[in-house]
Amino acid sequence: MNQSVPSKSRLPLIRNWIVGALLIVLFVWSLSAMQFEGIQEYGATVMKSIWHGFTHPDWDYVYMPEGEDLLRGLLETLIISILGTFISAFLCIPFAFWASDNMSRLKIVSGSGKFVLTVIRVFPEIIMAILFIVAVGPGAFAGVLALGVHSIGMLAKLYSETIEAVDNGPREALISSGASKLQVLRFAVLPQVIPQFISYALYRFEINIRSATVLGLVGAGGIGTPLIFALQTRNWGRVGIILLGIVILVIIIDLISGWLRRRII
Amino acid sequence: MTPAPKPEAAEVGAPPPPPSKKPAPTIESKGLQRYKMLGTWLLFIAVLIVCLVSVDADFTALFSQNARDNMGRILGEMARPDWSYAEDIWEPMLETVQIAIAGTMIGSVLAVPVALLCAVNIMPQKIVSIPARMVLNLVRTIPDLLFAAIFVAVFGIGAFAGMLALVFFSFGLVAKLTYEAIEAIDPGPLEAMTASGANKIQLIVFGVVPQALPYFFSYVLYTFEVNVRAAAVLGFVGAGGIGLHLDQQLNSLRYDRASTIILLTLVIVLIIDYASTYLRRKLL
Repeated sequence: MNQSVPSKSRLPLIRNWIVGALLIVLFVWSLSAMQFEGIQEYGATVMKSIWHGFTHPDWDYVYMPEGEDLLRGLLETLIISILGTFISAFLCIPFAFWASDNMSRLKIVSGSGKFVLTVIRVFPEIIMAILFIVAVGPGAFAGVLALGVHSIGMLAKLYSETIEAVDNGPREALISSGASKLQVLRFAVLPQVIPQFISYALYRFEINIRSATVLGLVGAGGIGTPLIFALQTRNWGRVGIILLGIVILVIIIDLISGWLRRRII
Repeated sequence: MTPAPKPEAAEVGAPPPPPSKKPAPTIESKGLQRYKMLGTWLLFIAVLIVCLVSVDADFTALFSQNARDNMGRILGEMARPDWSYAEDIWEPMLETVQIAIAGTMIGSVLAVPVALLCAVNIMPQKIVSIPARMVLNLVRTIPDLLFAAIFVAVFGIGAFAGMLALVFFSFGLVAKLTYEAIEAIDPGPLEAMTASGANKIQLIVFGVVPQALPYFFSYVLYTFEVNVRAAAVLGFVGAGGIGLHLDQQLNSLRYDRASTIILLTLVIVLIIDYASTYLRRKLL
């Protein structure tokens, strides 16, 4: 017995060392892809101008009467995420019922639904935005469509998990008293899932407001477009004020959305 | 030990809390509640209409002849991927994974001390934990692509800027999830150690680490999954990886090649997702 104890406890130790060594090898291999040269040469001067820009934000940019200012850019970002979330909150409902186990008898139906949702989820929204720009032209509407379609992947997954967790009692009671399929859905399933649906939609809204800030980098509207121009022209004062605006907008939205979510559930 | 919430599909922010039962409304409050409900919906619809008007949302444009032609042409070309191009993109694909690995690892290591500072059961002094949390919240408000765009402007085009962006992003995510896991650990061992005179370092090494380590690794793997997806699009702002090639092919209207890249990226992402989910399940 005394001999078996150390040999047992040594095995995980060896395994841990091997895993650690593998991780280090992986890390070194990954770092080999980075090009470090050229950073030191002009790093100091660039850093100085950035620091100057960030400490002296371009306050005039916040509001300009002739348009294209920070407030309007942020408002557009907000609108894109509201509409995108709203569209996906409705579009994802059929997907959610398709992907939930307890809504269909055949496993292959829900399995295929889950796979489709995974594919939508891993398809980046930036590429979605580029495709919609080709279809409807650059601008906020392309961003709305991109967010609306991309959010389906995650929202429908969360929705379907909610549907799978419903209490079966009311459903069975309605079925046994002769309710139709539609009536069962309306009076047994929906009342149980709606608050959770709204809560998830708000949660997705918090994510979408962050996504909407980057959609502009490819031309799909919002604050990202002036940001990328400011970055390309090295206008650090403007970059500073735009970043500040984004941070404040995201924090305010997080607070409001969190408060609403706590009230709903 | 209460397991901390496991982020499944969540990308940023806290996963919503589980539902709880509300007390049944009384008869008097029902009428009022109905009006409140109606008012909320009316307000919501009004906001929606204002939004739709302000972005010139024209849903007919989506189904117009022009849009259908464009979309049809692109999707038609994408349906026939150019497989011969696959050989050329293995290297940038590897670079994408390398960016994700390096960014995740550096960010996660940096996250450990900050997570310890944020957890109130390790750092009861509010003067430390509250500012530390504020820094974390601040870092997490900025999306990874914005970080990448900024670092490209600072350090020039290349994988290094992308890695830095992911370092910041991983740092914010891992630190937040880990400090929540640390706060959820069993206080018993910690109290026993404090009572027998252990110092802070001993407390962390022998009390916190054994309990929190599986969660930490699980969050690191989860962050790695998110980072691989992020790294695939970092190239759009010039931060290295496969996104750069995708951007070039899309700009030169080679949708067959773009489709090859997208499909290969999807395969890589799915493989990494499944491997990481498997590992996470074994860890917890």
